Amino acid sequence: MTFDWPTALPLIFAGLMGLAILIYVILDGFDLGIGILFAVAEDAEQDTMIAAIGPFWDANETWLVLAVGLLLVAFPMAHGVILTALYIPVFVLLVGLILRGVAFDFRAKVPTERKHRWNRIFFLGSIIASLAQGYMLGVYVLGLDVGFGGMAFGVLVAFCLAASYAAMGAAWVIYKTEGELQKKAVRWLRTALVLTALGMAAVSLATPFASPRIFDKWFVWPSMLYLSPLPILSALLFGWLWRQTFHLPKPNDRHSLTPFLTLATIFALGFAGLAWSFYPFVVPDRLTIWQAASAPESLAIILAGTVVVLPVIIFYSFYAYRVFGGKATDLTYD
Amino acid sequence: MDPLILSRMQFGANISFHILFPTITIALGWVLLFFKLRYNATNDSAWMRAYFTWVKVFALSFAMGVVSGVTMSFQFGTNWPGYMEKVGNIAGPLLAYEILTAFFLEAAFLGIMLFGFRRVSNRIHTLATVLVAGGTTLSAFWIIALNSWMQTPAGFEIRDGVAHAVDWWAIVFNPSMPYRLVHMLLASGLTVSFLISGLSALRYLKGDRSESMWKALRTGVFTAAVLIPIQIFAGDQHGLNTLEHQPQKIAAMEANWNTGPNVPLVLFALPDEAARENKFEIAIPDGASLVLRHSASGVVPGLNDYPGNHPPVFPVFWGFRIMVGTGILMLLVSWSAAFFLKRRHGLPKPLALLMVPMALSGWLATLAGWYTTEIGRQPWLVTGVLKTADAVGPVAGSHVALTLAIYLILYVLLLIAYLGVLVHLALKAAKDGDASPLPGVMKTAMSQPAAGE
Repeated sequence: MTFDWPTALPLIFAGLMGLAILIYVILDGFDLGIGILFAVAEDAEQDTMIAAIGPFWDANETWLVLAVGLLLVAFPMAHGVILTALYIPVFVLLVGLILRGVAFDFRAKVPTERKHRWNRIFFLGSIIASLAQGYMLGVYVLGLDVGFGGMAFGVLVAFCLAASYAAMGAAWVIYKTEGELQKKAVRWLRTALVLTALGMAAVSLATPFASPRIFDKWFVWPSMLYLSPLPILSALLFGWLWRQTFHLPKPNDRHSLTPFLTLATIFALGFAGLAWSFYPFVVPDRLTIWQAASAPESLAIILAGTVVVLPVIIFYSFYAYRVFGGKATDLTYD
Repeated sequence: MDPLILSRMQFGANISFHILFPTITIALGWVLLFFKLRYNATNDSAWMRAYFTWVKVFALSFAMGVVSGVTMSFQFGTNWPGYMEKVGNIAGPLLAYEILTAFFLEAAFLGIMLFGFRRVSNRIHTLATVLVAGGTTLSAFWIIALNSWMQTPAGFEIRDGVAHAVDWWAIVFNPSMPYRLVHMLLASGLTVSFLISGLSALRYLKGDRSESMWKALRTGVFTAAVLIPIQIFAGDQHGLNTLEHQPQKIAAMEANWNTGPNVPLVLFALPDEAARENKFEIAIPDGASLVLRHSASGVVPGLNDYPGNHPPVFPVFWGFRIMVGTGILMLLVSWSAAFFLKRRHGLPKPLALLMVPMALSGWLATLAGWYTTEIGRQPWLVTGVLKTADAVGPVAGSHVALTLAIYLILYVLLLIAYLGVLVHLALKAAKDGDASPLPGVMKTAMSQPAAGE
C-alpha cells in the first residue's frame, strides 16, 4: 500500500477525533459522575466534591467541543447526518450540560439559602447529560436506528454509561479526598462498578448480535484471536479493581489514584473495541471515513495547526492538574 | 410548522443568548489584567479587591458563554447541515483554529486565574490572566473572521458545488473582517465599561465609598468615555465598508427604496415592504448622502435595485437605529460622568441612578447591531454562495418548535439568575467595602496549598 495524503488525512482525523472523545469521556466522565453522586452525598461533602473538580471541569468539557469540532470540520457530511438523526437526544444533552455548567458557578455565588437549589440543578444536569450521551452512543452503535429496538438499546446504554461515570466520579473522589468521604466513595465505587461491569458486558454482547456487520468483524478467525485481549483484559481489570475496593483506602493514602487509572484503562479498552467495530465507517453502514471527509487541503491546514498546538495543550493541561494537585480544599477566589 | 422559520428563530435565540457573554468576557479579561497590573505596581490591596469582585463576574459569564457556545457548535449539525456540507472546507479550519488556539488556552488557565492566587507565584497568576484575556480575544478573532467571510466571502472557488479554499490569507482577512473585528472589540470594551460603571454606581448609591469602588468606577467611566468616540468613528468606517460590499444592507439600514442622489437621512419611519415605501417618515434632507458619500449629491443605493434579494427592511432599519441611539446615550452619560469624576470628584445622585440601568446598555447596542448585520445578510447565509433556506436540515418542524420553546424558557430563567447574581455581588461588595479581610494578598510566591482556609 502506497502512502498518499488524501487517504491518510481522513484516517488521521478519525484517530484524532477518537482520541478526543476518549479523553472527553474519561475527564468529563468523572465531573459528570461527581454530579450524579451528589444524589447520595451530604451538603458539606458536596462542597468538597465540587472543590475536587472546580479548576478542571471547564478544560475537561473542552474536549467535547474539540471532538464535535473535529466531526464538524473533518467530516462535515457525517456531522449533519448524525446530529439531525439524534436531534432530540442532542438537545437533551445540551440542556443537561447547560444546567450542569451554570449550576456549578451559580451555587458558589448565590446567597446561601439558594445554594441548595443549585446543588439539585447540578445533579439534574449531570444525570441528564450522562443519560443522553449513553442513549446517543447506543443508537449510534446500531447505525442510528431510531426504531423501538434502537431506542430500547439506547436506554440500556444510557444507564450503563451513567453508572460508569458514577464509578469514575467515585474513583476521583477517592483520589482527591480523605477521611469519611473517601471511605464513602469506596462504597460508591463498589456499587457503581457492578453496574458498569454488567452494562459493559451487556453492550459487548448485544452489539454484535444486533449488527451482522459487527458480528462478522469480531467472530472470524484469526481476528477473534487478536481481539480476545480486549474483553479478557477488561474482565481481569474489573475483577482486580473489585477486590481492591475491599482494601481501600490504604495507609498513607497509597494507591489512591489506582482505581481511577484502572477505570480509565477499562474505558480505553472498551473504546478500542467500539472503534474496531465501526471502522471504516463514521456513520455506521452508511458513510465511510473517506466519503464523509473534507477536502484534503482543508484537512492539511487543520493538521498543521493541530501538530503544533496539541502538545502545547497537553503540556498546559498537565500543568493545570499539577497546580491543583493533592487533596481538594475549599475553593476560594482569593 | 415551517422548520426554516423555526430553525432561524432557534438559531437567533441561541446566538443572542450566547453573544451576551463573550461580549463581556472579551474585554473583562483585559480589565482584570489592568487591575492586576495596577496592584503589582502599587501594592494597593484595593486593586486586588476590585479584581476579586470582577473575577467572579468573569467566571460566571465565562461559564454561561461556554455552555451556550457548546450549544452553538452542535446546532450547526442539528439544524443547518447544509452549511458545513457547502462551505465546511472553509468554515471548518477557522472553527478548528478557534478551538485549538483559543478555547483550550482559556479553559486551562481559567482555573489558575480563578482559584490559583495562593497556589502559584504572583507572576504566574498575572501570566494566567494575560493568557485568559488573550485567549478570549483570539477566540473573537477566529469567530469574527468566519462571520465576516460569510458576509463578504473571498479566497475560494466552487468545485462540484462545494466551496474550496484557494487563499487562506484572503479568507481570514476578507474585505469586511478588520472593520467587523474592531467594531466588535470596541463593543465589548463599551459593554464591560458600562457594566462596571453601572454596578459601581449601584454600590455608590448604597453608600459605599470604599477605595475599590472608586477604582472600579473610575476605570469603567474613563474607559467608556475614551472608547465611545473611537467606536463612533469605527462604526462609520464599517458602514462605508458595508456600502462598498453589501449595498443592499445599507439600503435596508437607511430604508431607502430608490437609488439616487440627495437621499434624506430617515430618523423615524415604519418601512412597509408590501407597498415599498415608508410610513410616518421623519427625515433630514440629503442626510444619508452626506453621511455615506460626504456630499449632498452622493448616490445612495436603493432597495428597488435588489428585488427579492434584499433583507427584510423593518428589523434592519430599527436595529440600526437602536444601536446608534444607544451609542449617543453612551456618549452623553460617560462624558458627563467623566466630567464629574475629574472636576468635582464626586457623582451626582441622578447621574448615578441613570448609570445603573445603563449597565446593560452595551448588551442592547451589541444585540441591535448584531441583528442589523446578521438579518442584513439575508436571504443569504453566505453572501452569493449559500441561501439560508438551502442550509436547513430535514428535522421536523414540531421538534424544532418544542426545543425552541424549552430553550427560551431556560434562557429567560438563566438570564434572571445571572442578573440576580450580578446585583447580589455588587450589594455584597457594597456591604463589605474595603473592610472585609482579604487573605492571601502578597507579592511573594506561596507554594503550599491553602489548607483549611
